[in-house]
Amino acid sequence: MRAVSIIGVGCTRFGERWDSSLRDLVVETGIAAIEDAGVTGETIDALYVGNMSGGRFVEQEHIGALIADYAGLSSLHIPSTRVEAACASGGLALREAFLAVASGYADIVIAAGVEKMTDVSSGVAADALAAAADREWECFFGATFPALYAMIARLHMRKYGTTREQLAQVAVKNHHHGHMNPIAQYHTEISVEDVMNSPLVADPLRVLDCSPITDGAAAVVLAPSEIASRYSDTPIRILASAQASDSLALHDRRDITTLDSTVHAAKRAFSQARLTPEEIDVAEVHDCFTIGEILAIEDLGFFPKGEGGIATEEGRTSIGGDVAVNTSGGLKACGHPVGATGIKQACEIVLQLRGEAGKRQVDEAEIGLTHNVGGSGGTALVHILSR
Amino acid sequence: MRGDHLGVGIVSYGVYIPRYRIKVDEIARVWGEVEDVARSLNVYEKAVPDLDEDTATIAVEAARNAISRADLDPRRIGAIYTGSESHPYAVKPTGTIVGEAIGCSHSHTVADMEFACKAGTAAIQACLGLVRSGMIDLGLAIGADVSQGAPGDALEYTAAAGGAAYVVGSKDLIAEIEGTYSFTTDTPDFWRREGMPYPEHGGRFTGEPAYFKHVTSAAKGLMEILGRGPEDYDYAVFHQPNGKFPVRVAAKLGFKKEQIAPGLVVPLIGNTYSGSTLIGLAATLDQAKPGESIFVTSFGSGAGSDAFSIRVTERIDDIRDRAPSVRDYIAIAEYIDYARYAKHKGKLRL
Repeated sequence: MRAVSIIGVGCTRFGERWDSSLRDLVVETGIAAIEDAGVTGETIDALYVGNMSGGRFVEQEHIGALIADYAGLSSLHIPSTRVEAACASGGLALREAFLAVASGYADIVIAAGVEKMTDVSSGVAADALAAAADREWECFFGATFPALYAMIARLHMRKYGTTREQLAQVAVKNHHHGHMNPIAQYHTEISVEDVMNSPLVADPLRVLDCSPITDGAAAVVLAPSEIASRYSDTPIRILASAQASDSLALHDRRDITTLDSTVHAAKRAFSQARLTPEEIDVAEVHDCFTIGEILAIEDLGFFPKGEGGIATEEGRTSIGGDVAVNTSGGLKACGHPVGATGIKQACEIVLQLRGEAGKRQVDEAEIGLTHNVGGSGGTALVHILSR
Repeated sequence: MRGDHLGVGIVSYGVYIPRYRIKVDEIARVWGEVEDVARSLNVYEKAVPDLDEDTATIAVEAARNAISRADLDPRRIGAIYTGSESHPYAVKPTGTIVGEAIGCSHSHTVADMEFACKAGTAAIQACLGLVRSGMIDLGLAIGADVSQGAPGDALEYTAAAGGAAYVVGSKDLIAEIEGTYSFTTDTPDFWRREGMPYPEHGGRFTGEPAYFKHVTSAAKGLMEILGRGPEDYDYAVFHQPNGKFPVRVAAKLGFKKEQIAPGLVVPLIGNTYSGSTLIGLAATLDQAKPGESIFVTSFGSGAGSDAFSIRVTERIDDIRDRAPSVRDYIAIAEYIDYARYAKHKGKLRL
C-alpha cells in the first residue's frame, strides 16, 4: 500500500441552488478541485462519485459516466464509478479513490460527491432519504429518519441524562461555525431558545435539530504522497481510511445509543494512523440531527459514552475547545447534500490543515478526522488526515 | 415591456371584498397546527365569498363602484379585460357578464386574462395601450378572484376573495400613470393544471427565485427608466401573497414601512390574488393627496411582475368618497367557522 495525499479540493456553495442542475454543480466543483490541484485532464486516471439518489431526486442514474462526460473527460475513456451508501456515499467515494491510489492501480484520482435535492417536493425528498433505512421493517411501519433519531435521542436522554438544551447547543455551535463559512447554507446565528421554540418534528427533535435539504457538490484530488509535492505546496496525507457496517434497521442493534459502525470504523482508523482520539485537532462529524453529533463524539472516542452532551455544553467541541467539531457548520448549518457531505467534510479538514479556513481557522491544526454515516448507522466511514 | 410619459392614467377605481371572514387561527385549529401560523404569515383573517359569489359577481361589484365613483357613462368603455385565476368558466368569458351588468354598449372588446396574481395589472397595461393609441375612449381593467387553497395546504391560510376595477382613460384623470415596466420569465413556482380543483406550488421556490426576483427586477427596472428612487415616492404597493413578503421586498428595495402601510391590507383580508395589488393600490388612493406619488409592483406566479409609477391629481378629492373605500369593506366583517367556510368554498363535494 502506498501513502496517499489530497492535492486539491473544491466545493460549491451549499444551499437551495435553484439555478443549478446536478451536472452544473458537478462542473462547478470539478473545475474548482482540478484548478486547486493544478492537474490537467490527461493526468486523471479515474473518477469516483458519491451520489445517493439521483434517480429519485432528478431522475438521473449513471452518474459515473455523467460526471466524466461533464468534466470534459469523455474522450479519455477513463473509468468513472458512482458509489452509494446513502448519506455516507461521499465518504465511500473518498475511500474507493484512496484504495485505487494506495493499491498502485491509479495515480491521480478524483473523489467527488453530488446531490441535487430541491427539484422535488419535500415529501418526495423525505421518502427518497427514507430509502436509507430498512424499507420493509422501518419505513413500512411509519418510521422516518427524524423518528429513528428521535428514538435514539430519547433513550440517550434517559440513560445518560443528556438534556434537551445540550441537544440544542449542538445546533447553536454549528450555526456559529457555519456563519463563518462562505459556502454554508445558513449564515444565521441561533440561540438555544430558537431551537427549543422551533416546530416539533419528532419528539424531542425540533426543526432546528435537523439538517436541511441541500443542493451541493464537492471534490478532492488524490495522488500518491511521493509525487504529491509536485502539485501542492501543502499536500494533506490520508493517514487512515476505514469503513464499517451494522444492521440496517435500528431495532436489530445491540444498543441504539451507540453506533457500532462508528465505533468499529474509528478503532480501525486510529489503529491505521497509530493515533489516539486525543490527538485529533479538528473533526467533521455526521450531525444529520443534533443527537447524531453527540453519538459521534462519544463513539469516535473523543468523550466517554454519555458525556457528549455535557462536553458540548461546556464548549469542548467549539473552535478553541479540546477538539473543534464541525467547523464547516456541519450538516446542520453548512447543509447536507447527502452524496456530497462526505467529500465536503474532507474539503473542510484539508482547508483547516492547510491553514486556509479563514475566520473559522483552528489554531495549529495538525491532524483532522472526518466521520460520515449512512442511514441510522448501517454504514460509517472514518478518515484521518494530517499535514 | 416599458413605457413612460404616457399621458394616460386612472379615471376611476372601485373595489369589492366579500363580508365573510375566517380567522387564520380557526383554519390552524382544524388542521392541528401547533405553530402560530397567523403570526408567521402576518395574515390574521381572510375574506371568504358567500355561497353565490364568484369572480364574476366580485368583478361586477368592483366595476359598479368604479363607474359610480366617477359618475361615468359605461357606454364610453371600449374594452373590458378581467384578470383572474378563478374565472367561473373554463370556456366562456367573465368580461361579457361584467359588460352586460354595468350597461356597456355592445361596441366594445372583451377578453379574460390569466397570469396567476398579476392578470389585473396586465389588464391595466392592455388598456393603457388602447387608450393611448386612440383606439378606445375608456378601458375597464379588473383583477378579481375567489382563490383556492387545497384543504390543509399552506395556501389555505391566505387564499381569499376580492377584486378591484380600474377605468383607464386620457381625460379627467385622478391619477396619471407616469410609466410602466414588466419583467417576465418562465418560472414554474405555482400552477393549476386543467381540470384540477386546487393549485400546486413549489414551496420555498415561490420565494427567492419567484416573488423576490421578479418584484425587485421589475421595480428596479422602472425606477431606472424614470431615474427615480424609493425616496421619490410617498407610497408603495407590492403584491401581497402574505404579510411578510411585501414587507421584506419593500425593505430590500429601500422603501420604508410607512410608505407601504396604507396599502398593506393582506393581514386583514388575505391574498385576493388578481385583486391583491390592485386592492392595495385602491387603499392607497383612498388616502393619497393630490400631487403625491405611488409606486406599484404586482407579481404573478409563472412568473412576472408589472411595475407602475403613479401620480395623484387634484381630481382625486372630488370623487374619492363617492364609492365605498377599502377600509369600508374591511370594516364589514362577519366571522364564520371552518365548517361554514368549507360550505361557502364548495370544499364539500357531495
